[in-house]
Amino acid sequence: MQVDYLGTFGIILGVLARFWPVWVALAIILVLSLRFRSRLGLYGQLFDTGVGITGVMICCFWLFTAIFAGTVAPFDPLAQFPIMKNVLPGAIEPETGQAFLFGGDRLARDVFSRMVYGSQIVLIIAPAATLFALMVGTTLGLPAGYYGGRIDSLLSFLANLVLAFPVILLFYLLVTPGIRETPIPQWMAGTFFIFPIIFFVTLFWTRYRSRPQLLAIQLALTLLIGGWIYVGLVFDADPLGIISISSNQLNIFVAVVFASSPGVFRIVRGLVMDIKTRDYVAAAQTRGETPWYIMLWEVLPNARGPLIVDVCLRIGYTTILLGTLGYFGLGLAPESPDWGTGIKESSRLLRAYVHPALPPVFALMSFVLGLNLLADALREQSLKD
Amino acid sequence: MLGFILRRMGVMALTMLCLTLVVFFLVNLEPNLKKLAISQLDMRSSAEELESWLEKNGYRQNFFVRYGQWLGVVQKQPNIDPETGVATPRFSYCDEPAEPYYGGILQGDFGCSTKFKVPVAEKLFPALGATGILMFWVMVVMVPVALLIGVLAGMREGSRTDRTLSVASIATTATPEYVSGVIFAVIFASWLGWLNGSAATATRQGISFYNFTLPVMTMAIYGIGYIARMTRASMVEVMTQQYIRTARLKGLGFRTVVLKHALRNALIAPFTVIMLQFPWLLTGVVIVEVMFRYQGFGFTLVEAASNNDIDLLLGCSLVSVFVVLSTQLISDVGYAYLNPRIRVQ
Repeated sequence: MQVDYLGTFGIILGVLARFWPVWVALAIILVLSLRFRSRLGLYGQLFDTGVGITGVMICCFWLFTAIFAGTVAPFDPLAQFPIMKNVLPGAIEPETGQAFLFGGDRLARDVFSRMVYGSQIVLIIAPAATLFALMVGTTLGLPAGYYGGRIDSLLSFLANLVLAFPVILLFYLLVTPGIRETPIPQWMAGTFFIFPIIFFVTLFWTRYRSRPQLLAIQLALTLLIGGWIYVGLVFDADPLGIISISSNQLNIFVAVVFASSPGVFRIVRGLVMDIKTRDYVAAAQTRGETPWYIMLWEVLPNARGPLIVDVCLRIGYTTILLGTLGYFGLGLAPESPDWGTGIKESSRLLRAYVHPALPPVFALMSFVLGLNLLADALREQSLKD
Repeated sequence: MLGFILRRMGVMALTMLCLTLVVFFLVNLEPNLKKLAISQLDMRSSAEELESWLEKNGYRQNFFVRYGQWLGVVQKQPNIDPETGVATPRFSYCDEPAEPYYGGILQGDFGCSTKFKVPVAEKLFPALGATGILMFWVMVVMVPVALLIGVLAGMREGSRTDRTLSVASIATTATPEYVSGVIFAVIFASWLGWLNGSAATATRQGISFYNFTLPVMTMAIYGIGYIARMTRASMVEVMTQQYIRTARLKGLGFRTVVLKHALRNALIAPFTVIMLQFPWLLTGVVIVEVMFRYQGFGFTLVEAASNNDIDLLLGCSLVSVFVVLSTQLISDVGYAYLNPRIRVQ
């Protein structure tokens, strides 16, 4: 059976057309942001520079691609069409009449659909793992920087211990099928995921202790939502069945959080050591505020600028890490459509077929570039004040 | 200063001890030991055979005893045949003696690689040498290019050169090795055919421009952006200093001011950054060596980890942790040396 091909122009048009929900969403965001930019604070200021706009748009592009993946991708990322094995870009699948816009891979799957679905995996794991790492790093970095002394020495030693480990070796030891047979990932998840709950409970407790009614509501909500997510993630026993995570994803998630929280810890600690010498901290101490109130409500809000920049960079770095994991075939299932696995699969066959390698490569690169540009624009804005 | 270095060395030794203990714990988890036994026997071996192999080769001794043996503070025991009582060496291919002996890190014995069937030292040090050559060429390419870009961008902040170079360096930091490696291989090996997409020949026939350019380029490109941005930031800061203004007001040309006055102070910060790059250069080494099939340290590490070759993996982690920590120390000491305003307490 003969396979028909689209021309270059047809492919470009086809790709642009497939992304229509993304374009619509991007246009809405762009128009709204430009219209109300004076009222949007830091986010609005991003739209003052070309770098900022580009960064926001690239990040939003991949965000909306992940959200609308079902509509954008013409095929299932795992579906195989034997006739389409290794076809060049633009080949038309005879049964459905849809084109393989970026060609087919070694196992006759649509490269375009795999790239689109790959964004879902990256955009769920990378930001979530970064946020957990932020929580862990902040909760430990605040007391280390504020109290100093023995607690600081101990925590810094532990952080340096993890940082002295080459990341790749850490992943080779922590993300293996063998370790999933042991309860170690569960222990680590149980330890790390308790930090957000501790963080929010302390946050509300220090501020609203004198208003028991409000505090009761906040604490109840925190414990309810936090406990729900905790049970779902750590024990995979969500009573409602909404939050569930497979054991290999949990393994990756925990390893990534473990690898990146010491970095956050160091940054937070450094910022706190700088900020605690300011007058408003001295004023709060004189008022007799508790140390945790000062850390969470006086110091932390003033450290937000560098932290936001760091989070942006770190999401990009986590994306690179996920790609590395995929590239070495650690953790993720071999048929998973994520970008790293795609690069690994296709880079072995570069001599024969080039086209399956390029879409995941450019996807990963553009997403990280978008985040880096965003971080750069944010840094420029925060330096201006 | 000497006290500072000694204290740091002490912390370093403690860190290495803790980390090797962690690695030792992870490689000796039950599933990993099973994997090792299967790879040493074969897939069809029964559970009893695996168990007896582990028992026979001393993998069932107490965890701390075994860690002590690896360190060299507890004696390594030979295999004793339970019936005849004759002692035979544990791994015959590693020339282990048939009597109890101290053979650990402290004695300079890295142990025995079960995957390659040679003593670890015989495998590890040639691999380190090969990686050393790779690193040398990466540094030769990366450092001058990065410094040049950083200085050019930072000497006139906000100019068009600055903007272009800054965006370019951001772009290279967004390109990890496995991405740029694929792109370069596609362009230079598949389309143009100028360079070899594999460095496997470099191990046997020696390195050449044809087989070594792609790995070096791939590794250098990721680091260039980061070092260039640090250099730019430091250059920008120096260019706003009073003494630069004085030099300009004296009537010196812009070129002289940059080369003679600004450059020296602006290069202190990048020195630290370059030193602190080693941890992730190690990750880069692993990716690049696997991608281009170059038989160096990274390649060995991956082989050791995927076959759970305990002694080799421990040797690899010891070396990499040592590299990371000693570069940190060098960077701290060098920074204090280069910048007399910093005094180490």
